[in-house]
Amino acid sequence: MRALFKSLVIAATLAATTSAISPPAQAQQSLLNVSYDVAREFYKDLNAAFVDHYKKTTGQDIRIDQSHAGSSAQARAVADGLEADVVTMNTTTDVDFLASRGVVAQDWRTRFPDNAAPTTSTMLFLVRDGNPKGIKDWDDLIKPGIQVVVVNPKTGGNGRMAYLAAWGNVLSKGGTPGQAQEFVANLYKNVPVLARGGRDATGIFLQRNIGDVLITFESEVVSVEREFGKGKVQAIHPSASIIAENPVAIVERTVQKKGTEEQAHAYLTFLYSPEGQQIAARHGIRPRLESVLKQYQDTFKPLELFTVEQYFGSLGEAQKVHFNDGGLFDKLYTVGR
Amino acid sequence: MAHKRVLPGFNITLGYSLLYLGLVVLIPLSALVLKTLSLSWPQFVEAVTSPRVVASYQLTFGASLLAALVNMVLGLLVAWVLVRYSFPGKQFIDAIVDLPFALPTAVAGIALATVLANNGWVGQFLHPLGIELAFNQKGIVIALIFIGLPFVVRTVQPVLEDSERELEEAALCLGASRLQTFIKVILPTILPALLTGFALAFARAIGEYGSVIFIAGNVPMVSEITSLVIIGKLEQYDYAGATAVACVMLLISFVMLFFINGLQVWQRKRAGA
Repeated sequence: MRALFKSLVIAATLAATTSAISPPAQAQQSLLNVSYDVAREFYKDLNAAFVDHYKKTTGQDIRIDQSHAGSSAQARAVADGLEADVVTMNTTTDVDFLASRGVVAQDWRTRFPDNAAPTTSTMLFLVRDGNPKGIKDWDDLIKPGIQVVVVNPKTGGNGRMAYLAAWGNVLSKGGTPGQAQEFVANLYKNVPVLARGGRDATGIFLQRNIGDVLITFESEVVSVEREFGKGKVQAIHPSASIIAENPVAIVERTVQKKGTEEQAHAYLTFLYSPEGQQIAARHGIRPRLESVLKQYQDTFKPLELFTVEQYFGSLGEAQKVHFNDGGLFDKLYTVGR
Repeated sequence: MAHKRVLPGFNITLGYSLLYLGLVVLIPLSALVLKTLSLSWPQFVEAVTSPRVVASYQLTFGASLLAALVNMVLGLLVAWVLVRYSFPGKQFIDAIVDLPFALPTAVAGIALATVLANNGWVGQFLHPLGIELAFNQKGIVIALIFIGLPFVVRTVQPVLEDSERELEEAALCLGASRLQTFIKVILPTILPALLTGFALAFARAIGEYGSVIFIAGNVPMVSEITSLVIIGKLEQYDYAGATAVACVMLLISFVMLFFINGLQVWQRKRAGA
């Protein structure tokens, strides 16, 4: 019965993802990369480059299938049996969840360089062109009359990162946890609508024209310019923000069954190559390679970056303290409403 | 009196029905209950009675009730016009009634937000007047009215078509006013159907997700529907908590559907009498 339930869940997930997943061809190896929502365009480019690279280095053909949806929804699908060869997520908690289910290795963080996160991103502000409200830094967001559009931390990793960035920004300037709490509470008083996910937030800000500032991932600037044209918004780099790691892992359960460990390893390693890092940078995702980062310094303006570990222990702990039911977010945002 | 049955082999057909119902409906639902059972009783109570969850029940059921009531009146009007009058384009309008059924609910939500948001087609004229219909509770009710309308129209329409106009004429001949005719002659005939349509629209609204989340604003304690609370719990890998809330919804929905079935039995009896 569990198996039946699982297959129903998988069927629903497959139906929800936009990329068509055809059954693997017999003669040709294929990998399934289960990834988060907004990485769709990035992996489309990366996969094409990897297929060429793999053909050149090994002489073999390979096909990469993609599946995209919300990061946590994807992790649940993989845990419930979706046969991913690799997972590429935007929050480490999603991979930790898979590790706790024994689907990926317990020590997945050490299997690849840089905490198994080939790319990172950070939270920036998007304001309307010309910055009519003169928003420069975090403190401007809690001024009366400013409307901030942000993702609900309960339903999206984007929202959790925005919350932690706001909280950590106070600590990075030498503030106390009490001051951080007050700041975050004031910030969410200026939030008129909670979006469900990153793309929903962008839609609310740009299509519905709600709010003065959108807190979102740096990579969304590229997407916004592609979708809505240049000159609609400008990115504001606050004095300090958070590093969000984009972790990757091999799904041991699948590669052992399919015998695709080698290919999966080559695929994820390709993300660290100069070519892979270039593709990431073009999509607004911060590369780890210094040389590539320098090349794109107009996009990735330097700002003081802090890690989740610096102020919150780990994302898992932050989840428990801040976002779980009855946590600090519930208290800060629901009190007084 | 087995020979009187239309379909032969009562035992086989009953067995098939139970098997099919079990596979398609009961097994998935019992998985829901089984997941919930991993919670202890106090944990279950905590999960389903936290203030945010309770606020979401109130919103979900309150908005659904309001939308279903509005639909009961508006749906009756639409059905009445479609049955009793003939005008050019009537078939076209008759077909339009079903559109909220056919439309993917997310599309309905986006379409409503496009129209009602402050910069939307309609919203831009209402916004200066201080009327905001999107991203608050009003938006939720409007979305639920939209998706619930066909239920009322389609249950009332056939009954109106079958109702005997001679009775109305007789009432008028005997000196009844229009209002009296409506209350004493027409309403009793269509009431069971109207109530069924109301209950169907209500039940559908309770489970509605796609059309609502785009227009709700999703602010905890204010405009967060129960379906969103369930998704939120899943996003934090709280499977048991999510299924616990789902079970509460399931229970309430079952009571609703039981009630609808009762109404339908009542309606059939009256029709037969």
